Amino acid sequence: MNNQIQPGDSRQRILARIAASLGRDPAIAAASAAYAVLPRHYRATAATPPAQSISRFLDRLHEYNAACVRVASEAGIAAAIAAVLAARSQSGLAVVSGIPPAWLPPGFNFPLANPLTAEELDRQPGILTACAVAIAETGSLVLQSGPRQGLRLHTLVPDHHLCIVFESQLVATVPEAFPRLDPNLPTTFISGPSATADIEMTRIKGVHGPRSLHVLLVAD
Amino acid sequence: MKPEANSSPWNRRDFPEAAREALAAEPLPTAPFEHSQTRRNVRHATDIIQAKRNAVVAELPEWQALRSAGAAIRAHTLEHLDHYLLEFEANCVRRGGHVHWAADAADARRLVLEILAPHAPREVIKIKTMTSEEIGLNACLEEHGIHPVETDLAELIIQLGHDRPSHFVVPALHKSRGQIRDLFASAMHRPELTDSPEELAAAARSYLRQKFLTTPVAISGANFLLADTGGVCIVESEGNGRMCLTLPDVLVTVVGIEKVLPCFQDLEVFLQTLPRSATGERMNPYNSIWSGTPAGDGPREFHVILLDNGRSPILADAESRQTLRCIRCAACLNACPVYHQTGGHAYESVYAGPIGAILTPQLHAMHDAQSLPYASSLCGACYEVCPVEINIPEVLIHLRSQVVQQQQSTLTGSLGLWNIAMKSAAFLMQDGGRLGAAVRLAQTAQAPLVSRNGFIEWMPGPLSGWTKTRDLPALPAESFRAWWRRTRSAQPATPAASEPHHE
Repeated sequence: MNNQIQPGDSRQRILARIAASLGRDPAIAAASAAYAVLPRHYRATAATPPAQSISRFLDRLHEYNAACVRVASEAGIAAAIAAVLAARSQSGLAVVSGIPPAWLPPGFNFPLANPLTAEELDRQPGILTACAVAIAETGSLVLQSGPRQGLRLHTLVPDHHLCIVFESQLVATVPEAFPRLDPNLPTTFISGPSATADIEMTRIKGVHGPRSLHVLLVAD
Repeated sequence: MKPEANSSPWNRRDFPEAAREALAAEPLPTAPFEHSQTRRNVRHATDIIQAKRNAVVAELPEWQALRSAGAAIRAHTLEHLDHYLLEFEANCVRRGGHVHWAADAADARRLVLEILAPHAPREVIKIKTMTSEEIGLNACLEEHGIHPVETDLAELIIQLGHDRPSHFVVPALHKSRGQIRDLFASAMHRPELTDSPEELAAAARSYLRQKFLTTPVAISGANFLLADTGGVCIVESEGNGRMCLTLPDVLVTVVGIEKVLPCFQDLEVFLQTLPRSATGERMNPYNSIWSGTPAGDGPREFHVILLDNGRSPILADAESRQTLRCIRCAACLNACPVYHQTGGHAYESVYAGPIGAILTPQLHAMHDAQSLPYASSLCGACYEVCPVEINIPEVLIHLRSQVVQQQQSTLTGSLGLWNIAMKSAAFLMQDGGRLGAAVRLAQTAQAPLVSRNGFIEWMPGPLSGWTKTRDLPALPAESFRAWWRRTRSAQPATPAASEPHHE
């Protein structure tokens, strides 16, 4: 059975073997009908009061060693960013396109990240983005490529990520996040700073991704 | 379809032989320290992951519902695998990706080399991938002058130590920090390194950073393929995966055909069950999902190699098909009392532990690794923790019967001692008269073997396998059947007479 394989043959061979193993012709019509009735008895939505989601989200971030600052309104973002940068003695942050200028405090450098190469990003002290949705249960930020959220490498190469989350973007559970996402965009779930437990199961913050993660949770 | 033996870095000794070495009570002279150290490290790591996993699973009230949904989605996908693979292919291609199909390991290696050829890379960066290990990709790349750089911390430890992974989520869990320190110090020329995990992780960060920024080709596996969007999902912790997925010009993803899910939204189940089962976290630090070559974001050239390599025939057996539901969380390894004792290397297989014991022999059409279905006490801990409800004990028993049938079908197997012994036992036990005669014969024949304590401590020839590790109680002078005949045969044995009366 195992003669020399010609390129292109493999596709037909694999599909034929699958069909033979399953013992039927490809039942394309049946797949969607069967899919529609699969049991899904887990929580699709939770009637979680917003205050409870917020406190859970803050707990999770704290566990991940990610810092979180609460901001009373969008007007307070600039001052909050200035405070974070001052505390870190940081001269500024790269910003992704679409970040409103009103968010940026005076007296710091905010170069635009989009034209920068990976090597140039590597020399930036940090990156500022917003997100698509945040999940309280898992302390996750979800970013999708585009305005305010940048490209995937923007939140990866710099050593510090500062992320703006509006309270209206916070959902309680993982299934609640999905309807808010565009399945066609490159998507990254970020849950805490990069980490590893490969050495004796000790969770160590910071391997290749940003070693510091800051969240500004903004009331809206 | 039997994949060629030399493609695998594994020796494929039988489990009992390899396990005996891993367990050696008197450490082998070759590496006396290594063995006891390895066992300590494996126990330490599996105990920690198990405890974390149990805690984060217990806090989700709908855990059972998530397991059932996950099992149903995976079972459904396998029943319509051809349909979903074609849908994935069409959507991935529509978004700029290239999809290739590899019937076996040789086919997959040839495809990787063909894809890499126009770029003539001297090095490629790699994300931890079990399919790469399965097809022996690293050795193949080296043969063709391409150096694969493993970027996952554990895989880097394995690569620098010329070692084999022993667990598919935490491949280097058999290494202690001291052993890792020594490896890094010599390979990275950093004699000043201490064994602090933070310092070792920082060393890996600076060692690999320049590689990430300059290497134009990356190779990965995948956790999930998404049929409805042509998407690929990769779940990781360190960020090395994201580096490989976004910075190079060319990305090649080698993934088993069974890894497809119908819809993007199905991730709402598996992104809850996989991290909790695999590392005991509510969510691992990074999940990446993308399809094809999105404009201006990530590699300009993206290839998916769909690897069969023995998977499609497994679909034919309705009972063992569930093996392919596996999402590689390794919870069954951490829960398994056998794995806990032996570690992963004793399985002599890319896929270790309970899932390896059922997957590996099936991938080899039951022609290889036949001892693995026996590498279990059938306690059921693996089934209990499985996030897609694979009934591993059921499949183990099913495969054991296949092994026996296969052995019986050959001349040497049917004339083998074990088969003759079992056939004889069946013959004796079918008939009371025959059994009684055999017992009487044994009562006489055992006399020279019985010790003063009433136990048989040594038996000759092949029977010594039993008495090597345990004593056998001697047969009593009077068998139960003889006793029954002597004491009861006179009276009719009515239920009323034989039941004890309570006053």
